[in-house]
Amino acid sequence: MKLITAILKPFKLDDVKDALQAAGITGMTVSEASGFGRQRGHTEVYRGAEYTVDLVPKVRLEVLVDDKDAASTVDVIVKAASTGSIGDGKVWTTPVDQVVRVRTGEKGADAI
Amino acid sequence: MTSWQSFTGYNSSKGKIMEEIVLNGGDTAWMLASTALVLLMTPGLAFFYGGMVRTKSVLNMMMMSMVTIGIVSVLWVIYGFEIAFGHKADSPWIGGIGLSGLGSSVNEFANNGGVYPIPLLVFAAFQLMFAIITPALISGAIADRAKFSAWAIFVAIWSTIVYFPVAHWVFAFGNKVGDTVTGVGYLAAKGLEDFAGGTAVHINAGAAGLALAIVLGKRIGWRKESMRPHSLPLVMLGAGLLWFGWFGFNAGSALAANGIAGLAFINTQVATAGAVIGWLLTEKIRNGHATSLGAASGAVAGLVAITPACAFVAPWAAVVIGFIAGILCALAVGLKYKFGFDDSLDVVGVHLVGGIWGSLSIGFFGASAVNSIGLDGLLYGGGTALLAKQTIGVGLVAAYSFIVTLIIGFAIEKTIGFRVSREVEIEGIDLKEHAESAYELASSSRGGALL
Repeated sequence: MKLITAILKPFKLDDVKDALQAAGITGMTVSEASGFGRQRGHTEVYRGAEYTVDLVPKVRLEVLVDDKDAASTVDVIVKAASTGSIGDGKVWTTPVDQVVRVRTGEKGADAI
Repeated sequence: MTSWQSFTGYNSSKGKIMEEIVLNGGDTAWMLASTALVLLMTPGLAFFYGGMVRTKSVLNMMMMSMVTIGIVSVLWVIYGFEIAFGHKADSPWIGGIGLSGLGSSVNEFANNGGVYPIPLLVFAAFQLMFAIITPALISGAIADRAKFSAWAIFVAIWSTIVYFPVAHWVFAFGNKVGDTVTGVGYLAAKGLEDFAGGTAVHINAGAAGLALAIVLGKRIGWRKESMRPHSLPLVMLGAGLLWFGWFGFNAGSALAANGIAGLAFINTQVATAGAVIGWLLTEKIRNGHATSLGAASGAVAGLVAITPACAFVAPWAAVVIGFIAGILCALAVGLKYKFGFDDSLDVVGVHLVGGIWGSLSIGFFGASAVNSIGLDGLLYGGGTALLAKQTIGVGLVAAYSFIVTLIIGFAIEKTIGFRVSREVEIEGIDLKEHAESAYELASSSRGGALL
């Protein structure tokens, strides 16, 4: 099993969510995040004083998938999230040892 | 601020004894409304300042205004009104020293350089609101880092030895009985024109803010970490309440519902509008964006500048005064970075600079044609005489306020300490000083904190 983590532009969340649902993904976890990569932050001006804001608002989306679905799911996310401009985000996968569904106690792929 | 209203229209007899005066319901109604309007400015100021600080100190910022309402109101009844507007001392520097309690004034008319057909207690309540907002204005200079108890003690001392006497110098036109006037304030007697408090309120608060910013020092992380306003909508709400309340502040200072009040009213509106435009244009040209904080700040700068001048200049001049105030203050708020003092919310850049400009502007734009009590300024062929009087008033109030505030500030710092500990400042003054936090930042859909 794999955990796919995607950092996205907030306004792209709906597109990615719809694309994942269309691809048969049945669940996901979404949280607000902030950070920066090559995009860096932006500048704000208050009473003439400039502030550089390093951390840009992002959305963090997490999906658990079976090993065989990992590559295709990443492709779906990347395709739906891309605008072609700097700051589009990143997607990565990490191996997962065990998954348990709390209600039934099912384990492994059955719990996804 | 009040002697320009001749009383002869209400009292035909030359004897001018109290019993002949009939209370004027229209004037009294307007003064009651104005008094409430001016009170609203202080909670408005709390929003204006509160929005500009970070989430961790918004409550402390607002509490500095709220506790000032409490302390000054109580002092005013006990002895404040007596120091500012009493006449027993018959001194240019102080009205009177004594515990008044205001109990003996219930059936008297206001008398300030002449009798007004409004109750003395209404005048006392109106002037109280000025005494409240002046120290509250200072709090913006020391955001995020003042010990609350130290602030409360400061407000009591500062009101007693700075605001109450200075209000006497500027606003007290004396108790007039027959042709005898007693207890005229120093600057009022000198002919300083300050209709609603450019010197007594704004320069006074601005100079004190500078002194306290020096006493307390810079906030931890100043100029290194982001200290952005946490809620610009709160700032806008505060600016709106200040603007609304300021009509009472300026037009109410006529102490009557008359033409002078009307002049002050429209001048308050158009000068403020001019300042909003002036500040936004300055920002747009310098930084490329017209900001909401700039619009709110410009409004306050314009209100400050027109305060002393509102009943002495024509409306077109009010627009010019406001427009220049917007530009001047927009440029002045950057000076603290050059001089290295952390006047956190720009009390100096807005209130001191705006107050000085507004007070001096009368020396240029003052017109006896719009108010027969006022003198002509430079532009109306009056020469420099008025400008000289204004300069003396500005200098005296600024110097007295700055020096005495420095002394009070250092005295508090050396005894109980004026500043919170480093730990409190970093973790947040709201939580440590008040055991509260303004916002529930992490909450579940049930409306309660998750953790």
